[in-house]
Amino acid sequence: MTAAFTADAARALGGPEWLVRRRLSAVERLAEVAWPTPSEEIWRYSRIDQLDLDRYRPFAPEELGAPGDERAPGGGPWAAEAGKHAGMIVVRDGRVVHHELDPALEAKGVRACGIATCEDDQVSTLMGRASGASEDAFTVLHDAFVAGGAFVHVPAGVVVEDPILVLHWCEGDARASFPHTLVALGEGAEATVLDRFGSPQTDHLVDAVTELLVDDNAHLRYLTVQEHGTRTWHLGLLRAHVGRDATLRTSAVALGGDYARLRSEALLTGQGAESDQLAVYFGDGQQMLDFRTLQDHDAPNTRSDLLFKGAVEDEARSVYSGLVHLRPAAKKANASQTNRNLVLTEGASAESIPNLEIEANDVRCSHASTVGPIDDEQLYYLESRGIRPEEAERLIVLGFFDDVFERLPVGALTRGLRRSVVDKLEHARARR
Amino acid sequence: MLRIADLHATVARHEILRGVDLEVRTGEVHALMGPNGSGKSTLAHALMGSGDYEVTQGSVSIDGEELLGLATWQRAQRGLFLAMQYPVEVPGVPLEEVVGAALDARGAPRADLHARVVAEARTLGVPDELLGRGVNTEFSGGEKKRAETVQLAVLEPKFAVLDEIDSGLDVDAMRDVARRVYALARERHVGVLAITHYARLLAELRPDHVHVFLAGRIVRSGGPELADELERTGYEGIAAELGIDELTVVRPFPEADPFGDPTIASNPFADPLA
Ligand SMILES: Nc1ncnc2c1ncn2[C@@H]1O[C@H](COP(=O)(O)OP(=O)(O)O)[C@@H](O)[C@H]1O
Ligand SMILES: [Mg+2]
Repeated sequence: MTAAFTADAARALGGPEWLVRRRLSAVERLAEVAWPTPSEEIWRYSRIDQLDLDRYRPFAPEELGAPGDERAPGGGPWAAEAGKHAGMIVVRDGRVVHHELDPALEAKGVRACGIATCEDDQVSTLMGRASGASEDAFTVLHDAFVAGGAFVHVPAGVVVEDPILVLHWCEGDARASFPHTLVALGEGAEATVLDRFGSPQTDHLVDAVTELLVDDNAHLRYLTVQEHGTRTWHLGLLRAHVGRDATLRTSAVALGGDYARLRSEALLTGQGAESDQLAVYFGDGQQMLDFRTLQDHDAPNTRSDLLFKGAVEDEARSVYSGLVHLRPAAKKANASQTNRNLVLTEGASAESIPNLEIEANDVRCSHASTVGPIDDEQLYYLESRGIRPEEAERLIVLGFFDDVFERLPVGALTRGLRRSVVDKLEHARARR
Repeated sequence: MLRIADLHATVARHEILRGVDLEVRTGEVHALMGPNGSGKSTLAHALMGSGDYEVTQGSVSIDGEELLGLATWQRAQRGLFLAMQYPVEVPGVPLEEVVGAALDARGAPRADLHARVVAEARTLGVPDELLGRGVNTEFSGGEKKRAETVQLAVLEPKFAVLDEIDSGLDVDAMRDVARRVYALARERHVGVLAITHYARLLAELRPDHVHVFLAGRIVRSGGPELADELERTGYEGIAAELGIDELTVVRPFPEADPFGDPTIASNPFADPLA
């Protein structure tokens, strides 16, 4: 490991005893972790060989925002854009600087607070429960330097109608930050969570982990939006464990970053569990957007659906690599996996690699994957109505993403996200 | 006036249109009838400027302005509309958005757009549910034709080419579509060129002129009575009467001789299945 990522640096981040111990144990494991290379299947096509960890160092505690710090944009425009919400946690460079929650929900035992600061016995046992089951070099690095992060807990039987916002802002050249979002829904609970990431034009490494623990009969809707500046690297793990008859709907919108990778994994642990994974991604300039997905069925009658749709323009590249794993216990499971890509310019490229591993009997499984340019016939059809080619292209691209946008939770954001896609399309066109 | 003069066009260097001459005046309804494979759709796409067809000779103009050389969208903005034989599915782009963008492109107001689309959809039997989907997306063949007619009615072009607008429609739907087109011609002075190979459509459409199209050109023109004659004699009858032994333009199968010169290999008299 590099000079800056030391046990002293990890210890200095402070926080409760259990968190410090957790960090130090991760620092020890870090020494043994094999650093990834693109020759490994899971890193194939990635730009991991271009990551020079020596360029970055973790934040010193005095550099991190303190509670009450208003520098993060979360309290401002992002909160307003999300519309009516039940609670909000603002995270700056991985540390919670502000949190608030509807007092009526607080009274019912709901929590929206900081991992390092909340006085909740459960947080230490819940943290790492999902991410620990899918360890890689970056989750270990994350665990070694995680300062704190957002904790959302909805106790059994409690329904939270409006979204809870987790707003991450990362800033600082040559710095690495380690945002963590931990969401736990008790039995029969319901909630919607927005996990939004952004950074300015800063040469920053974001190593993020989000854990979603969905207990039996609970229902979680989750949206993550990634709008980093174009010099930021993002390596994210989103991992969910879904219990009996519970449902999980995750969605990801990825627009920013220089290299941005998301591992999106759902483990269906209980009979009748369901997960839907959606994503929209749009890369332009020199960006690379990289997705690795897992639909992991480990119980009977489980159902999973995945729809990832992306477009690349200029010299941008994208990777979709997904696995549907039906374990022996997954009798009568039903899984579908679809990845569709539009390649808008000749210099851009998209990889799409769906995979199936079926160890169970009596299952239904389907997958589809497409990579290609905008359909000439569609362009011609719209042009035959008098619509100019640029406008026709805009309509077709937005139309292509429409079935995902339509299904995103936190509807108040959808319009703005569509607008962001159009802006990227128009900027890319202006450069052509 | 929509004026087509000596129009020749090729697909993959094989000549399909072999000198088409036709004049459609404002508000007139013309029927163009020909067997499958005679090149009717090629004519429609050559008029609209599809990149799949190369026009090698001739002229197409609206009110004296040459259209050849203009892009498809420019031709549409000059007043040409094509209801396609196979309307294209555009996922996530509903009909109203298509028509809205088409109006924007012309600098025309979108005023009452929604009400007009809904009203035309009712008249033409397009269920509301279809208006919520991407245009033509998972529509039946007949629903696509009705949806084309809705767009035609809202956009009110100067000239409309309807390529087999009747195919896939049941008798009632065909009547609704034909009546709507007839009204557009008579009341809104849209010039119509209705391509079909069935006489059924014409009873409601009441064309002023009927043209018989064989092997890439118009071989005979007349009034509505020509359609009746065609009904009796068939295309073979007319062909025999005119001493034409070629009804369709058979494109050679490229697989047959991938290295052959297509201009030599294209014996239009050869039966590819023989
Ligand atoms: N896009 C195309 N690519 C290749 N061949 C075509 C294409 N369009 C038409 N053709 C050929 O041109 C001939 C005439 O077709 P078409 O114009 O569709 O006739 P019609 O509409 O009268 O049935 C046929 O032999 C057909 O195979
Ligand atoms: Mg045809």
